[in-house]
Amino acid sequence: MARMDFEVVVLAGGTSRKLNPLVSQEVPKALLPVANRPVLSYVLELLEASNLKDLIVVVEGEDAALRIGGWISGAYVDRLHVEVAAVPEGVGTAGALRAVASYLTANDVLIVSGDLVTDVPPGAVAATHRRHSAVVTALLCPAPVSGPSDTGTSGGKEKAKKPVRCNIVGLDPTRQYLLHMATGWVEVEKDIRVQKSILRAVGQIEIRVDLMDAHMYAFKRSVLQDILDQKDKFHSIRQDILPYLIRTQLNSEVSDNGVIKSESGMDNISSQNDLRWLSQHREIAPSAFQEPHAFGLKSLPDARRTHKCCVYIANESKYCARLNSIQAYSDINRDVVGEASHLSGYSFSAQNNIIHPSAELGSKTTVGPQCMLAEGSKLGDKCSVKRSVIGRHCRIGSNVKIVNSIVMNHVTIEDGCSIQGSVVCSNVQLQERVVLKDCQVGAGYVVTTGGEHKSESLARK
Amino acid sequence: MDMRRPPRTVSDPKVRQVGFVTPSAAPPTRSLSDAPTTVAAAVAASAASASSPPSGEISLPGSSLSPVMIPPPRHASSDGRPSAPVAVPNPASSLRRDSLRIRVGSYNASEVVLGTPPSASPSSRTDNAASEFSDETMSPWHGRSGTAKAASSFPGSSSEMIVMKTGVGGGGGAGSTPKSPLTTASVVKTLPGISEKEREVLMGTQNDGAGASKTLKEKTTKAERRALQEAQRAAKAAAKEAGAGVKPSTASGSAVVANTKQGKVVKPPPQKKDGPQIAPPSGSSEKKVVDRPPEKDRKKDVPAPRMQFDDKHRVEKAKRRAVVNQFEAKNRVELFRHLPQYIHGTQLPDLEGKFFQLDPMHPSVYKVGLQYLSGQISGSNARCIAMLLAFREAIRDYSTPPEKALVRDLTAKISSYVSFLIECRPLSISMGNTIKFLKNRIAKLPDTMSESEAKSSLQSDIDRFINEKIVIADKVIIRHAVTKIRDGDVLLTYGLSSVVEMILVYAHEVGKQFRVVIVDSRPKLEGQVLLHRLVAKGLNCTYTHINAISYIMHEVTRVFLGAASVLSNGTVYSRVGTACVAMVANAFRVPVLICCEAYKFHERVQLDSICSNELGDPDVISRVSGRQDLNHLDNWADNENLQLLNLSYDATPSDYVSMIITDYGMLPPSSVPVIVREYRRENLWI
Repeated sequence: MARMDFEVVVLAGGTSRKLNPLVSQEVPKALLPVANRPVLSYVLELLEASNLKDLIVVVEGEDAALRIGGWISGAYVDRLHVEVAAVPEGVGTAGALRAVASYLTANDVLIVSGDLVTDVPPGAVAATHRRHSAVVTALLCPAPVSGPSDTGTSGGKEKAKKPVRCNIVGLDPTRQYLLHMATGWVEVEKDIRVQKSILRAVGQIEIRVDLMDAHMYAFKRSVLQDILDQKDKFHSIRQDILPYLIRTQLNSEVSDNGVIKSESGMDNISSQNDLRWLSQHREIAPSAFQEPHAFGLKSLPDARRTHKCCVYIANESKYCARLNSIQAYSDINRDVVGEASHLSGYSFSAQNNIIHPSAELGSKTTVGPQCMLAEGSKLGDKCSVKRSVIGRHCRIGSNVKIVNSIVMNHVTIEDGCSIQGSVVCSNVQLQERVVLKDCQVGAGYVVTTGGEHKSESLARK
Repeated sequence: MDMRRPPRTVSDPKVRQVGFVTPSAAPPTRSLSDAPTTVAAAVAASAASASSPPSGEISLPGSSLSPVMIPPPRHASSDGRPSAPVAVPNPASSLRRDSLRIRVGSYNASEVVLGTPPSASPSSRTDNAASEFSDETMSPWHGRSGTAKAASSFPGSSSEMIVMKTGVGGGGGAGSTPKSPLTTASVVKTLPGISEKEREVLMGTQNDGAGASKTLKEKTTKAERRALQEAQRAAKAAAKEAGAGVKPSTASGSAVVANTKQGKVVKPPPQKKDGPQIAPPSGSSEKKVVDRPPEKDRKKDVPAPRMQFDDKHRVEKAKRRAVVNQFEAKNRVELFRHLPQYIHGTQLPDLEGKFFQLDPMHPSVYKVGLQYLSGQISGSNARCIAMLLAFREAIRDYSTPPEKALVRDLTAKISSYVSFLIECRPLSISMGNTIKFLKNRIAKLPDTMSESEAKSSLQSDIDRFINEKIVIADKVIIRHAVTKIRDGDVLLTYGLSSVVEMILVYAHEVGKQFRVVIVDSRPKLEGQVLLHRLVAKGLNCTYTHINAISYIMHEVTRVFLGAASVLSNGTVYSRVGTACVAMVANAFRVPVLICCEAYKFHERVQLDSICSNELGDPDVISRVSGRQDLNHLDNWADNENLQLLNLSYDATPSDYVSMIITDYGMLPPSSVPVIVREYRRENLWI
């Protein structure tokens, strides 16, 4: 039996277009290094810490699946039992689930996005889900505040980011039920459509925009499979399945015989009585014992036709971020080495940085706090590294300045370069006196001598 | 009602530690019995494996993939967290990891099995070369898989893999979302993937590991055996001296336990104390013989000494055993120090976070525990039903571990569940009765019964209990109570009792003309729920709070109240405030009718509501819903001179109760002991 009757599916994605040029055929999104560890490892380790060792990892694209599978089998060979499934690209999260749905047997399914970097225990989501006998439970996190305030990004990018940054979430006053969920295309001041029946049932809805959907969901398996079977148009969990479930929670088409006890907070009772209402004996009495009480149920004509959509709102002290944009990538890198350093799994030195013993520093080179220098990297003289992550076996010349940047593995940086707010992928060569500001340099690219770039995305054609 | 946890050994064998055993090596002591290899052979095997992996001359039963080695302490702490439930799930895997590490060759020698230098294993050399292949995206693993020794079933060889994959992709191209095949990327426990040679290595190491542990155990037992015997002898003597009815076996058993298990030292004393109480030394021997069988039963029924929460020593012990994190409650009220202090608000997130880490807990039990903790389920009937259903599911999914008796193991399992539930919220008396019933049923299972029969019989027992003792009992109570309602009556009820609600609804349905006064109290305001439901059904209701009780009582003709329990002196143990309502009604000469199912009766005698009660969240009484401006009690915990008391129950003396309506009819409170005495057997043994 699966642990606690939960199965875990990790949606590792494929090669995300949003993260170009950082991702490529060689480096799918899940293997993008965050503090020199693939981002997927954060999820896997979180799950491992929660004692969830049987996982299904769904990857878009055959090549990506091969690479991710290879990495997992190397890194987690006797720690986790991972099954990797490859799905064609572009099937969406719902499609990915559809592909593995037939393998699921447990009562509930925990679905985790592979790009999540968090320390919220998945058990908390699962426990909330179980406690409410909900159909779906979503993890909501306080949205990161510092992240998106960049001016350099173009309007198009802004828009792409919005749905993540600005989820419009409707909650009941006890903040346990999810009554409304919309992607943040609309501004908060503008109109929001809220279902009247739900509003009437609850009495009042709290609309919040400061929460972020962390893409960790617990689903009731039978319901999930039904939806996937019946609604073959559904493409994504967040945009199709979740809104569908929320919309129909008072008039459920999915509640199967197992979900009868779902007279949730949306009953016609005033909402502050939610819990007391739920606490009644009939609520837990199962079908067999409910019949004798049938006369007690008449006030709830459609009690059997409701299901619950719940939320678990993570504590503010927890770290939670998704790697779904380049901005987020540098934010997460910065945080994992900085304020959320417990996630990185490294032990920091007294200077609050990590310098691998095999790294070599030239004279008068300084590495500031919240930095990371991986094994085999060499820095020349008079370099300065601040709030940056430098990967393995990089060769960095003299008089190089690296601030707020991410330098991946095997990068060659020649003398006199200055890199600020940029991401430099593996095997890149920066020749002398290159100046990069807010740039992304794709793998294997060569920036010629003296090149100055600002807010550009450089990649090999 | 006590906080005793069952022996951890049963619920989580991994925690068990006997003698000088390192954490991950504990299981071997058990597995020894199924691997009857002689010590000599094992030693030989270990000697052999030191030089080279032995060819599989010694074969173990496949099932006993035992652990095996005593990893160096540093290693042990690195691969498993100290909390045992998480650690290496299958000892074999820890072994495998090490054997694999040798082969990969990139780890330091201290982790090597039994000090075998890495170079001693032939495969390590080949893999040293292989591991240089690449070190980042392509794992050493991948490179090594070319040598056809992959431990995992992931790419047997990469070319094979691609072929397989493309085949799938072609098939999937037609459909929109093809069923994708799962590829095992990494394996923890499954062995099939291991190649022959590796298995031999495995076997070899296993063998010598078992040998090592065997010698180890031999030593510890020798060292301990004498102490054990002496303890037994002493216990026997003590039992004889006391002339106690305590069966020597139990006494010595507890002594043994005390000897072998440090953690349980607390337990024997209360048991021994019980002995003399039950059968004082003056009792004649013949009488004792006659007494014995019932005495045995009685001993089971005697409530174990309740946990006194002002006893620091005990509290410390209990805390160490607890699954749920126990926090110190602040500003405890002096008179109620002995009760478990309310700490639930802080427990819930903690417990939720540990959802997947509590190994032995059945999911449904866990769910019920969470629901108790969060207050989603309250009311003694509701809690009782929820608990029974959870146990029923747990029994359905239960399978007896090898070499254990169902009766004993299941009882221990249930006890561990119960103690978990107690940590979530103290048991109600009705739950205590129910648990007693269930344990009795388990104990009474005939030995000849097969496991599946036993399980189904238990499940039907549970169903029957719910049906007969709760559902049908409620119906009977309703029938009785309705005869007491006349047209024109004004009925008063307090709080939210499921039976009373059903009575009112039923009386309304049979066409009685009456009015209902619902009295409510802060902080739970349960009466509002009742009010809402009754109004929805068209009953004529009046709603007031308990501070207006003396005013409203003028017009009332009957008072119907529910109860959490009725004690054998007729005391009604119920939601706090009931006593007040009953007393006021008595003063106004209004009859007070208590509706209570007979399974909630208890033979205990209680004169006040202090010695046994439950404390609620003190914070909720400091807040007034809808009045944010009333914040005078914010941060009350900082003031040492201020304690808040939120009691959950009170005891209503029988003087104020006119009648108790149960499933055996309507009786005066003085008849409760009769019911308890006459129907107890039936209640508990159906």
